[in-house]
Amino acid sequence: MKILVPVKRVVDYNVKVRVKSDGSGVDIANVKMSMNPFDEIAIEEAVRLKEKGAATEVVAVSCGVAQCQETLRTAMAIGADRAVLVETAEELQPLAVAKLLKALVDKEAPQLVILGKQAIDDDCNQTGQMLAALLGWGQATFASKVEVADGKATVTREVDGGLETLSLTLPGIITTDLRLNEPRYVTLPNIMKAKKKPLETIKPADLGVDVAPRIKTLKVSEPPKRSAGIKVPDVATLVAKLRNEAKVI
Amino acid sequence: MTALVIAEHDNASIRPATLNTVTAAAQCGGDVHVLVAGHQAQAAAQAAAQIAGVAKVIHVEGEYFAHGLAENVAAQVLAIASSYSHIVFPATASGKNIAPRVAALLDVGQVSDITKVDSPDTFERPIYAGNAIAIVQSLDAVKVITVRTTGFDAAPGTGGSATVETVSGVADSGKSVFVGSEIAKSDRPELTAAKIIVSGGRALGSSEKFHEVLEPLADKLGAALGASRAAVDAGYAPNDWQVGQTGKIVAPQLYVAVGISGAIQHLAGMKDAKVIVAINKDGEAPIFGVADYGLEADLFAAVPELVAAL
Repeated sequence: MKILVPVKRVVDYNVKVRVKSDGSGVDIANVKMSMNPFDEIAIEEAVRLKEKGAATEVVAVSCGVAQCQETLRTAMAIGADRAVLVETAEELQPLAVAKLLKALVDKEAPQLVILGKQAIDDDCNQTGQMLAALLGWGQATFASKVEVADGKATVTREVDGGLETLSLTLPGIITTDLRLNEPRYVTLPNIMKAKKKPLETIKPADLGVDVAPRIKTLKVSEPPKRSAGIKVPDVATLVAKLRNEAKVI
Repeated sequence: MTALVIAEHDNASIRPATLNTVTAAAQCGGDVHVLVAGHQAQAAAQAAAQIAGVAKVIHVEGEYFAHGLAENVAAQVLAIASSYSHIVFPATASGKNIAPRVAALLDVGQVSDITKVDSPDTFERPIYAGNAIAIVQSLDAVKVITVRTTGFDAAPGTGGSATVETVSGVADSGKSVFVGSEIAKSDRPELTAAKIIVSGGRALGSSEKFHEVLEPLADKLGAALGASRAAVDAGYAPNDWQVGQTGKIVAPQLYVAVGISGAIQHLAGMKDAKVIVAINKDGEAPIFGVADYGLEADLFAAVPELVAAL
């Protein structure tokens, strides 16, 4: 079974972003970029499935600027066999990415596509589900456990009230949640090996996809600031403040 | 212009998230219809008909709608979508699971997790874990939207008198099958709707201590219980208690953060609380930067003292 894993290059999760003073967006110049944490979990899960013998090949794909190559090399260092970069400087929104991925799926014919549930920059949580719909495939989102056997994936999902288990007919789409696995540390030997793994670069036009954005950002601003709080010296003061000042108890 | 709200329900009743979503849908302008797709869901459909501001309820019955499988609900929405300008879901696990399928099938973009409706085609939404707010405009003729329920008041659950129309369901896609679930039942208020939340972090040290220390406080305050990602990862609390960027988003009157350091991703889920209290023995913890009242103390001493003082 071939597994396709899309990965996104995003602002590192430790970075506290600043809004540009002209309101045009968030300032990401010179900011540390990393693989989206949920996508790392997706690569890790695919590699584990391969190590268990449930998959034969893991192909990583990223859509975006040339520097996404670094993200793909990281994916290959974790254990992906090869990578595809769909290179463009255009703003890519989830619907466009889903269409690019569908074109790739039509070419590569994987039995499973594993994606991160959401990117920590746009927080959209859409791409996996959109891809599933475009392909007419089933989906199991927010996965905390995956087992593959006999052409089906049994997936435990984290939902609002607890956990839910679905049986997904393959080919299908799975999106990862935080507790699906803990990605391995990338070792130096694997980083070196990854440099030699195949990385193919193509363009959206090669896939026949129109990636024009459907949502226009008019303005980006800072969230409302909370006024500064105080430190209270003891529990008695805390209770008094909550009762008499804040009036929440 | 008419908006279709996809109801969050359990077949017997309508879940509160639907009420906030109706408010958001109404702000988009035009009538509001509600889709209730379920199994033996007559009671939920009737309850939806009583929501103030709802003009019509569309009730679809089918055994394969019993568990809200995304493939089936999305296909059902598509079957009735042609007359709607806005298709609106609550940003719950269920809404987030289904909405993008609908958007892709309609070949439109989706605006996720809106906190404000500025106009029928312009919305506000948080990005970068809520460290920035984007005002976005949808260029598509049909807007598919998920609603952050804490951004909108709940529409009254009574006072409405919508017509209920029964529509035959699309076929079962069969691509996924419900196998089972573990959904906790609790006497505590639901986390996303609670007025007071007591939330614990990894400092609690164990599942036993997490419950032993925090439950009395939650009991005294009539509060829901929440947790940081670290506490859930460590097994001290169940996954559905996680508050944060990719967990529950909450905006209670009072949020008491016990032994929580205040990572960016946790703040994303609770910084809209009206009053934030932090109890942490590390005076430099980032949580004190958002807390209205910070108590720099050992939680194992401070929390029992607080329980006694309430």
